[in-house]
Amino acid sequence: MTAIKLALRNLIGAGLRTWLSVIVLAFILILIIWQYAIIDGWDKMAIRDMIAWEIGGGQIWTEGYDPYDPFTLEDSHRALPQSFIDDIEKGNMAPILITQASIYPEGRIMSILLKGIDPSQQVSELPTGKLLEEYDAIPAIIGRAMARDSKLNIGDYTTVRWRDVDGTFDATELVIADIFKSDVPAVDNGQMWISIDNLREMTQMPGEATLIVTDQDYTWTGEESGWVLKDYDFLLKDMREMIRLKKVGGSVFYIILMLLAMLAIFDTQVLSIFRRQKEIGTYMAMGMTRGQVVKLFTVEGAMHSILAVILGAIPGIPLLYYLARVGYSMPAGSDSMGLPIAETIYPAYSVGLILSVMILVIITTTIVSFLPSRKISRMKPTEAIKGKLQ
Amino acid sequence: MNNSHIVITEGLVKHYPIGGGYFTALDGIDLQFGTGEFAGVVGPSGSGKTTLLNIIGSLDSPSEGKAVILDQSVGELSQKQAAHLRKKYLGFIFQTYNLLPVYTVFENVEFPLLLLNMSVSDRRKAVLDALEWVGLNDKIKSRPAQLSGGECQRVAIARAMVKKPRLVLADEPTANLDAANSHHILQTMEKLNKDLDTTFIFATHDDKVIKYLKRKITLEDGKVIKDEIT
Ligand SMILES: Nc1ncnc2c1ncn2[C@@H]1O[C@H](COP(=O)(O)OP(=O)(O)OP(=O)(O)O)[C@@H](O)[C@H]1O
Ligand SMILES: [Mg+2]
Repeated sequence: MTAIKLALRNLIGAGLRTWLSVIVLAFILILIIWQYAIIDGWDKMAIRDMIAWEIGGGQIWTEGYDPYDPFTLEDSHRALPQSFIDDIEKGNMAPILITQASIYPEGRIMSILLKGIDPSQQVSELPTGKLLEEYDAIPAIIGRAMARDSKLNIGDYTTVRWRDVDGTFDATELVIADIFKSDVPAVDNGQMWISIDNLREMTQMPGEATLIVTDQDYTWTGEESGWVLKDYDFLLKDMREMIRLKKVGGSVFYIILMLLAMLAIFDTQVLSIFRRQKEIGTYMAMGMTRGQVVKLFTVEGAMHSILAVILGAIPGIPLLYYLARVGYSMPAGSDSMGLPIAETIYPAYSVGLILSVMILVIITTTIVSFLPSRKISRMKPTEAIKGKLQ
Repeated sequence: MNNSHIVITEGLVKHYPIGGGYFTALDGIDLQFGTGEFAGVVGPSGSGKTTLLNIIGSLDSPSEGKAVILDQSVGELSQKQAAHLRKKYLGFIFQTYNLLPVYTVFENVEFPLLLLNMSVSDRRKAVLDALEWVGLNDKIKSRPAQLSGGECQRVAIARAMVKKPRLVLADEPTANLDAANSHHILQTMEKLNKDLDTTFIFATHDDKVIKYLKRKITLEDGKVIKDEIT
């Protein structure tokens, strides 16, 4: 207790130098908390959006299907077993059939995935209802990214070319019935959605599907040969890994910032132990043990971060609260690495996050303050009093 | 062991390593100090006064012989035991005052009591008493930088005396002070010596100090050459 009291006195007595370090530390604290909260917020949002748009309560794939390998598509389709058909009728599942195709916007050739989905499905937020509207061509919906890449607008026609089950090429006209806005690239980039019945007809794969998306509130526990359940652990694995990488990548910057702050505190400590030898000698003459003096100086250094926590909270709490309200607009063209990403991300603060950042900063500061203070334990009081050590 | 002696040295020798060999700063000191003495170690520069006071103050240890302070043999104390001895029973006054610059007068004087874990109210009373002794009650909120040298040294005396130590060691307490301040300080210490029966040992070559001493021990080349009651 005495050490904390004395350290606080010394620190506040030291004035400007103290406040400078404290302010920098407080700033870093707020920045780190905010950055991690943004990533956590992104992570939460990404999971929510993926569930809402892409993966529902999990997916069931045909054996051999690999979304990263388009060549598997040729064989990844099979007839739906009766149990699936029942579930689809109950609204628990939505079948999706996928085939490779090409479109020719503005005379260019563009490889796409043509995805067939049940227009009356309620499992995904995809506005598939639009596929039921009457047109003089097959209606298709696309996401904003796809619209941008293909320069297609609502009402535009485009020729699509695909191969049917026997490998024979065929072509027809599609009309863009709707452009939807989704933050999930996996339902948007390089793909067009049409009614599954149309696609089955086009490819001559009646009653077949490539995969099934189950409803968020439905857990499939059955077993069907040729079909494999893919749960959240599997479907979210890549996204979680990438978010983790983002976190590590972001940390590098903060580690450097922290290192600079720690260097400043280390420097302050070394300097103050050198300049305050006489004081150290006086403490010893008055009956403090070397250990107590080391502790005093360590606490003094560590106090920088404790003051930073307290002082940082004053602007930090309203600032972080405000930032949580307005969110963070991702810079245009920011690299989302194929992750679902919204235009605005809302930081997700958690007690765990805030506490762990604080504890990390306090522990680091304490260690950095302790290292130079150890030198005191090798000082002879008689020399220290004279202030003549070098 | 004679209990009326609070400091006893027997064949006290202090060597300092110098180059390959040794320099002998104290060369067989046999002295006793009784409770309530007002004594001084005098002698030319380099005669070993500071070295002797440091050993008596348990800040340094003897190379040979013994120094027994309040029945504790300095050479045999651990660092912690020596600190404890200083904390409870010894007060130091330095030539350069050694006040803590960021503390107020009050806080400087309070410091030794914080180490003794005294309660707030006891501390306050003791500090105000000590400042009263040195006549600085009106400056309790000042910081050392705002005080004159004489006032600083009076704060240092208050800090040394506040815990009512058994023994006060003062190394050249007047070296940075003018004549008037030197007299003032010595009168203060003389009075405290009488009122509280605290033992004072000075190291000095200042005639103004020497005039006040009741006992004068003269050192030369690390040896006692004279020990006289005045
Ligand atoms: N740490 C040390 N290492 C080597 N020699 C030392 C050390 N401290 C003191 N000495 C030597 O011991 C001798 C006695 O020193 P001391 O400081 O006790 O003298 P003093 O009587 O207090 O002198 P002054 O009146 O100048 O303060 C001196 O010759 C000094 O050079
Ligand atoms: Mg000296």
